[in-house]
Amino acid sequence: MTQLATEERAGPRRGLLHRLDVKGSPYLYIAPFFILFLGFGVFPLIFTAWVSLHEWSLLSEEHTWIGFGNYTKLFDDPAFWNALWNTVSIWVISTVPQLVLALVLAHILNQRLRGQTFWRMSALIPNITSVAAVAIIFSQLFGRDYGLFNWVLGLFGIDKIDWTANTWSSHVAVSTMIIWRWTGYNALIYLAAMQAVPKELYDSASLDGASSFQQLRKITVPAIRPTIIFTVIISTIGGMQVLAEPLLFGGNGLTGGSDRQFQTLALYLYEVAFGRFDFGYASASSWVMFLIIVIVAAINFGIISRLRRS
Amino acid sequence: MRRFTAVVPIAIAAMLATAACGSDDGDNQAADDGPVSLTVATFGEFGYKELYDEYMKLHPNVKITERITKTEDHHKNLAAHLATNTGAADIEALEEGWIGQFTAQPSKFVDLTEYGANDIKAQWPEWKWNVGASKDGKVIGLGTDAGGMAMCYRSDLFKKAGLPTDRAEVSKLWPTWEQYIETGKKFEAAKVAGAHFFDGPTVMYRSILGQAPVGLYDGDNVVVDSNPDVKKAFDLSAQAVTSGLSARAEAWTPAWNAGFAKGTFATLACPSWMMAYIQTQAKDASGKWDIADVPGGGGNWGGSWLTVPKQGKHTKAAYELAKWLTAPEQEVKVFQKYGNFPSTLTLYEDPAIKDFVNPYFNNAPVGQIFSKSVTTMKPQYLGPKAGDINTQIINGLTRIEQGKQTPDQSWQQVLTDVKALL
Repeated sequence: MTQLATEERAGPRRGLLHRLDVKGSPYLYIAPFFILFLGFGVFPLIFTAWVSLHEWSLLSEEHTWIGFGNYTKLFDDPAFWNALWNTVSIWVISTVPQLVLALVLAHILNQRLRGQTFWRMSALIPNITSVAAVAIIFSQLFGRDYGLFNWVLGLFGIDKIDWTANTWSSHVAVSTMIIWRWTGYNALIYLAAMQAVPKELYDSASLDGASSFQQLRKITVPAIRPTIIFTVIISTIGGMQVLAEPLLFGGNGLTGGSDRQFQTLALYLYEVAFGRFDFGYASASSWVMFLIIVIVAAINFGIISRLRRS
Repeated sequence: MRRFTAVVPIAIAAMLATAACGSDDGDNQAADDGPVSLTVATFGEFGYKELYDEYMKLHPNVKITERITKTEDHHKNLAAHLATNTGAADIEALEEGWIGQFTAQPSKFVDLTEYGANDIKAQWPEWKWNVGASKDGKVIGLGTDAGGMAMCYRSDLFKKAGLPTDRAEVSKLWPTWEQYIETGKKFEAAKVAGAHFFDGPTVMYRSILGQAPVGLYDGDNVVVDSNPDVKKAFDLSAQAVTSGLSARAEAWTPAWNAGFAKGTFATLACPSWMMAYIQTQAKDASGKWDIADVPGGGGNWGGSWLTVPKQGKHTKAAYELAKWLTAPEQEVKVFQKYGNFPSTLTLYEDPAIKDFVNPYFNNAPVGQIFSKSVTTMKPQYLGPKAGDINTQIINGLTRIEQGKQTPDQSWQQVLTDVKALL
């Protein structure tokens, strides 16, 4: 009797626990990610927005509220627009050749090759090399007096180029480092997608006498279009955030050249935040940079979905 | 299992919470007798390598790690480490051009008088001691070297250009910077293969500016636009560049470093610490470099201090090491081996300094040359943003050198760029 009574009392309680388990546990399982994301993603985002509304220097304890003052100052700042322009220019010069090269490279790797795994793995080596090492070595290759590139150009009777001095040459140099680092990575992503394309398509195309290039253009590219879209978006976001390459290419200082000729948005942000310690202004520019990335990604997405529909 | 899943997020939250306040160590004097690990962060060449070994032999419980960064990065990193209260080394060196920014926040550093630094005050000239102190009298830094000025030149290249090579005669070539530029034109006219007269505008500009009684700051005001001495330093450096004297080796880049060994430039204004730098960069060029008087006479550029940030775990042990490193006996050793000129007054009459000749620099009497320039020196006040302002001015000179702008255009942009910093 007493036993029954306890069971009766425990009955609905156990049901509650059971329901909690079924409904609640999944949230607990995914909670670690969201707690980390809250701590390292959402919180900094909101805190940065808060800081951006203040006169906030790292060196002083006082933080004055100035509303949108930092933002209005930013839109009048020629150095900001210059950095934005440089970022776009470097992004175009680096992304377009990079993706085309990656496609060609993936196509080659997709053929029957001796030592296939070796070739595929080597494509990734530039990517796993530290960006600092890449930037330092390329800065030497692009050296004015003793650089390899100028030496090779000299063999063809071309005058020495002062790579850091001019806008176009510095953009080419910085883009080269980005291309070097990311081509193999994108090639492997393409390669993975290409493996899913039915072999029969290629076989019948070969029977019909299509060349390798025609096969790439007519079969591979349409078949892996979703992957191409993915890489375009990822490279766009990456391209907007380029920092280490122009920073180390400059050798000295954070200004990206004597006239800020290769200072990217991220580098300008770095200069303001960690050169002048003006965290308020830096936070404002990082928010604007974030919005620019969102807009560019949205445009990207719009163009691509239109392409897909047609 | 249910219980376990609940624990994980709590544990993570707890980890985050402890990570956020992990640097509040409170009292950090414990265990100085046990094994102590000290990190010393410097830049350029302090010449401390052998001294660390010696100190570790004297104090077997102490382990010293050195951390060397480029000058600008070193000071930027330190500012960030102080602001976030974590990451600074136990001893942080500060250079003259940056120290103003740090003496303005003395609460981040140990006031060394608390550990008895007043007892050794007499080692230094008064100005050196004062620059290392805050306005309210807290002493945060012990002086290491001072930056007396001279002119380093390659006697082998001078010979090829048909110029005198003896240091007394070379000094006579350039009592003023204008005459230095004239000498440069003669050097260029001789067309010595692969070489130009001077390295580039950075070092020349800093040296001329260092000779002025007032530099970028007059009191708390930045006077770049109104101080004729700043404009003069800019104009003379620009003139040297437009006259084609520059090897276009930007200071502190790999090309510049290579230039010392390859002899791509024949002269370089030499604060005393530059001797150490040249010796490390051009190990095989011994006897080719020599030292003459600097145009314009005297002046100062650089010199450093050792500080002990409060966030360190062993501040007392760090002070003991800093005190030992800056003691006269050690400063003499650094000077003799590397050339960094001591800021320790008592040493200037010491034969170890006075009669010292540096064999690397063709037996130049460097002890005499630099003690003359340090004792007559009046230090210039460098404000908290001096480092950043100089970067803008040097960028302006680089634009002229790269042929992007005329000196006038460049100066106008310098003024706007400097204004943007303030």
